[in-house]
Amino acid sequence: MKVSLTVNGDRHELDVPENTLLVEIIRERLGLTGTHIGCDTSQCGACTVHMNGRTVKSCSLLAGQIDGAEITTIEGIGTPEDLHPMQAAFRECHALQCGFCTPGMIMRAIELVEQTPELDNKAVREGLEGNICRCTGYHNIVEAVLHAARVPQSARAE
Amino acid sequence: MNEAKSATGIGASVKRKEDVRFITGSGCYTDDINQPGQSHAAFLRSPYARARIESIDASAALEIEGVIAVLTGADMVADGLGDIPCGWLVKQKDGSDMVSAPHPPMAATQTNYVGEPYGVVIADTLAAARLGMEAVLTDFTELDAIVDLATVRDSEQIHEGVEGNLAFDWELGEREATEAALASAAHVTRLDLTNNRLIPNAMEPRAALGIFDKVSGEHTLYTTSQNPHLARLVLSAFVQIAPEHKLRIVAPDVGGGFGSKIFIYAEETAVIWAARKVGRPVKWTADRSESFLADAHGRDHITHAELGTDEEGRFVALKVQTTANLGAYLSTFGSAVPTYLYGTLMAGQYSTPNIYVEVQGVYTNTAPVDAYRGAGRPEATYVVERIVETAARELGRDPVELRRLNMIKPDQFPYETPVALVYDTGNYEASLAKALVHADYAGFAERRAAAAAEGKRRGIGLACYIEACGLAPSNLAIQLGAQVGLYESGEIRVNPTGSVTVFTGSHSHGQGHETTFAQVVSDKLGIPFEDVEVVHGDTGRVEFGLGTYGSRSLAVGGSALIRAAEKLITKGRRIAAHMLEAEVDAVEFIDGDFLVKDSNQSLSFAEIAFAAYVPANYPEDLEPGFSEKAFYDPENFTYPAGTHIAEVEVDVDTGVVELKQFVAVDDFGNVINPMIVTGQVHGGVAQGAGQALLEQAIYDEFGQLVTGSYMDYCMPRADDVPDFTVDTTVTPCTHNPLGVKGCGEAGAIGSPAAIMNAVTDAVGDNSISMPATSEKVWRALR
Amino acid sequence: MYRFNYHKPSSIEEAVSLFNSSDDGFYLSGGQTLIPTLKLGLASPVDIIDLSNIEALHGISVDSGLVSIGAFTRHAEVAEHPEIRRVLPVLSHLAGRIGDGQVRNLGTMGGSVANSDPAADYPAAVIGLGATIHTGKRTISGDDYFKDLFETALEPGEIITRIDYPIPDRAAYRKFPNPASRYAVVGVLVADFAGAIRVGVTGAGPCAFRATGIEAVLNQNLDPDALKVVDLPDAGFNSDLHASAEYRAHLVKVMAERAVTDILAL
Repeated sequence: MKVSLTVNGDRHELDVPENTLLVEIIRERLGLTGTHIGCDTSQCGACTVHMNGRTVKSCSLLAGQIDGAEITTIEGIGTPEDLHPMQAAFRECHALQCGFCTPGMIMRAIELVEQTPELDNKAVREGLEGNICRCTGYHNIVEAVLHAARVPQSARAE
Repeated sequence: MNEAKSATGIGASVKRKEDVRFITGSGCYTDDINQPGQSHAAFLRSPYARARIESIDASAALEIEGVIAVLTGADMVADGLGDIPCGWLVKQKDGSDMVSAPHPPMAATQTNYVGEPYGVVIADTLAAARLGMEAVLTDFTELDAIVDLATVRDSEQIHEGVEGNLAFDWELGEREATEAALASAAHVTRLDLTNNRLIPNAMEPRAALGIFDKVSGEHTLYTTSQNPHLARLVLSAFVQIAPEHKLRIVAPDVGGGFGSKIFIYAEETAVIWAARKVGRPVKWTADRSESFLADAHGRDHITHAELGTDEEGRFVALKVQTTANLGAYLSTFGSAVPTYLYGTLMAGQYSTPNIYVEVQGVYTNTAPVDAYRGAGRPEATYVVERIVETAARELGRDPVELRRLNMIKPDQFPYETPVALVYDTGNYEASLAKALVHADYAGFAERRAAAAAEGKRRGIGLACYIEACGLAPSNLAIQLGAQVGLYESGEIRVNPTGSVTVFTGSHSHGQGHETTFAQVVSDKLGIPFEDVEVVHGDTGRVEFGLGTYGSRSLAVGGSALIRAAEKLITKGRRIAAHMLEAEVDAVEFIDGDFLVKDSNQSLSFAEIAFAAYVPANYPEDLEPGFSEKAFYDPENFTYPAGTHIAEVEVDVDTGVVELKQFVAVDDFGNVINPMIVTGQVHGGVAQGAGQALLEQAIYDEFGQLVTGSYMDYCMPRADDVPDFTVDTTVTPCTHNPLGVKGCGEAGAIGSPAAIMNAVTDAVGDNSISMPATSEKVWRALR
Repeated sequence: MYRFNYHKPSSIEEAVSLFNSSDDGFYLSGGQTLIPTLKLGLASPVDIIDLSNIEALHGISVDSGLVSIGAFTRHAEVAEHPEIRRVLPVLSHLAGRIGDGQVRNLGTMGGSVANSDPAADYPAAVIGLGATIHTGKRTISGDDYFKDLFETALEPGEIITRIDYPIPDRAAYRKFPNPASRYAVVGVLVADFAGAIRVGVTGAGPCAFRATGIEAVLNQNLDPDALKVVDLPDAGFNSDLHASAEYRAHLVKVMAERAVTDILAL
């Protein structure tokens, strides 16, 4: 089937089998391998991306569902020279170790900060329940999200 | 924490070099790598826990478009491939060797656990491979599954010739003396414990990409390994995939290991073998469901322990009897984990004079069990610290005071335990004291009362753990049954302009070697941190090494780099002496400069490097070049130790346990990067909390894994744990040049015992087993 | 995942006609249950009929006494909708606890209610609030809707278009989540309609149900302590590795007590 979508600002017209998942389009068709697959039951959140500004698990969307959508992946939010504040906060707070869950975690954390006016430790922890990390024990991830939440969003235009 | 000399040197919380690629999505994990013309593998897995393979009919599969080949365990046998060996030979009580059942890479005649691979379908696409897999018709004869530890010894034999399904009956310590001391003890505390079976669940599933170059005969395997050289050695020498010089194994970015990526598995073996068979690159990435079934699991012990005390409460004897589930086969270190990494730790932090441990390692029709974060030491700590806490309760003693009374004192080091180890150094009371302050132990009664006023039960629990890390002195390890040495390699190649590339045989899959090792080398050589690049994980680039597990990277691999740096400095002094027309003994190396004593003459490290590569004004009897390598073999294990204190609150109505506070004060010796060390402790504690409160692998009576996905296997999430309080005390390791002990496992070692001591304290029932689920606690409270 | 045909109809009629002409058609709403099911090979439909483009399934209206929500409304929309939060906060609260954040951004109310997973949250609201389910051709009372495990009053091919929730004077929902999956081990919604109490329970049995025994007690005395004496038999309750039937029965009482406490604090 034909689908058109915008990924990190670039428009793509693709012809894919109907049973293609968004994550397969991102990783295999577009070569954006920052989005990871950590489970097959839609639990781990490693594949989290933004669709029309909200987080989704890209392993749980079919090609047909994303026709016309705007997708942002980890590669689309910042560069090594110009990191998104959340990326910078993750590094600053040592919120990653093996790095595998990190892209999904960062994408979810960005939405959390955008959607939650008064974010505290508890709200961050609850807000991250759809993302599993095995390395960090979450302590530094929570700290990073709170750290980024304190950075004025106007400090850097997305 | 020790003070850092510079912002990037030893002791500084340097931000990690590797982070930039991970936070921007530029990491390169095995599944991110693709090859032109690559094919895909899907594994045929046993649906039964124990079954005879009568026949495999692949004809329908081979007709599916895109299917290239269906290869089976029998094909591997026909190709002359050998079995996967167990890397540690344990001697039994009677001096005989353990009984190691044959472990074929893929089952050829009989499968012994659900999910065991017995064949592989190779196809143009993953979808075709999976369709092919479903089209293969395998005729099995199902046999009775042997899964229950309580009855396994009296069940049918899983492996021919393995009587009572017993792999080994092992002991350590003096049985008679221990039993005599128990018989005359003033009080004996008895405890039965279960150490629940866990599934490691590194977030990156295992993956492999095999490439065969038929012109050169070279095999290249990209894979998720913690120790690529060991994998190469085994695949070459034992499985006989290819000679070592024609086999390159690359472990690129690896998304967590926790032990599970040490071992040599069927799938990786089959992928590189199949690549040669089909003449195309072959790729496989595990689904999480496959990881649950076929990654080696961890723990799974049942134990009876007895602790004798005298009238004053001094420990006089500890006797421990354990049955350890090894799963269907002896995995790479499966025999070492419940023996030498377990029984040897039964002294804990205490001067118990008589200790005896016996362990029966048994086969069952479940996935192989092997090292998982801590590997034997969390199990040992669980026994020692649960029974010590229980003794305190039975004796009406303060658990802190009872521990203090029995602790090995700082002036007793080196301390030889009754179970084969010599602790080099430590100060257990120091970390205990610091932890008590952080936990506000004195204020607990007040918090308990406040909780009670809200209808909740609050409990507190300690664990004063010790671990043996920095694996390991090769000579001792080989005497005890290791089939390889456990030294590490390190190489520093100085480039002509003075920057350096560091090659280490250890491997980072989250630990941050690129940063920590660069700190060590830049500090030692006095060169900028930015000028050091660390390379690991590629047998084609790096000298033979043993990889990363057992909290060994820095203590062993870091020490190798210090040795290599020392060689560079020695050579540099000779070059400098020549160029500055001084005696070699007059040349000192300070902070990156070679200085002539009592003069203002000096040459920088970069100038010496340049001179070594452009040897114009150079000693006649000295080789040019500036590159040194060292193998470091430790003299002893390292002994990190510390105190963990957990505080929990129990909802009496529902039985839900909430971990309210967790304090870890650890003595890791010197600390290179406090930020990274703290992170390691956080992660370990969360895994320990998972074991204590949430996680359990459950097989039913038919050997089917009931907890085969994240829907049923409960991984700790962010809202399951609190912020942790982490601090350190320092007694430097006495026998390695960095004075470091290792920090990777401690968090997971102390925490289960501390949390369960807290839970049982809160509930008032010592029989609650891990994981302390809400229903278990609710039932205990009724 | 097996291959299938993919359709995106723009009307109910078109969707139903696609369904009727398919050998094995599946409606796709948010997909947060269906897609994982497809991935694990547990279902292999011939046709997937995506309902996202059907105008009639969208939209939220708040009237005096009634909140009417289009079936395709995502959980996050219900959780965040200012009007729903104002007049029917219990529903926003419930929706905000389904699955996790990413699931709530995709999962839909109609999909959840049509699927009738025994551990889903929305069924507690349908029962507890006495909702009315509208389909393309009829209305079904919430009380008559849930039949058994994954079985509802819907006929094959019938599509939920919207659900109308009466607005109670006060209500509360308490969920005891499965620590692994985050589905409800049990969930209890207690609503007070001018002194008449309704109690909807999910997670405990094969499908959501009204806890009439608890209602009777609370109609006498809206007090959490009144429930302490209730004997809630666990016959027919779910029992699995996460909770026995006996424990579930106990949790229903505890969650009901807590919901009542919440209500009294409003």
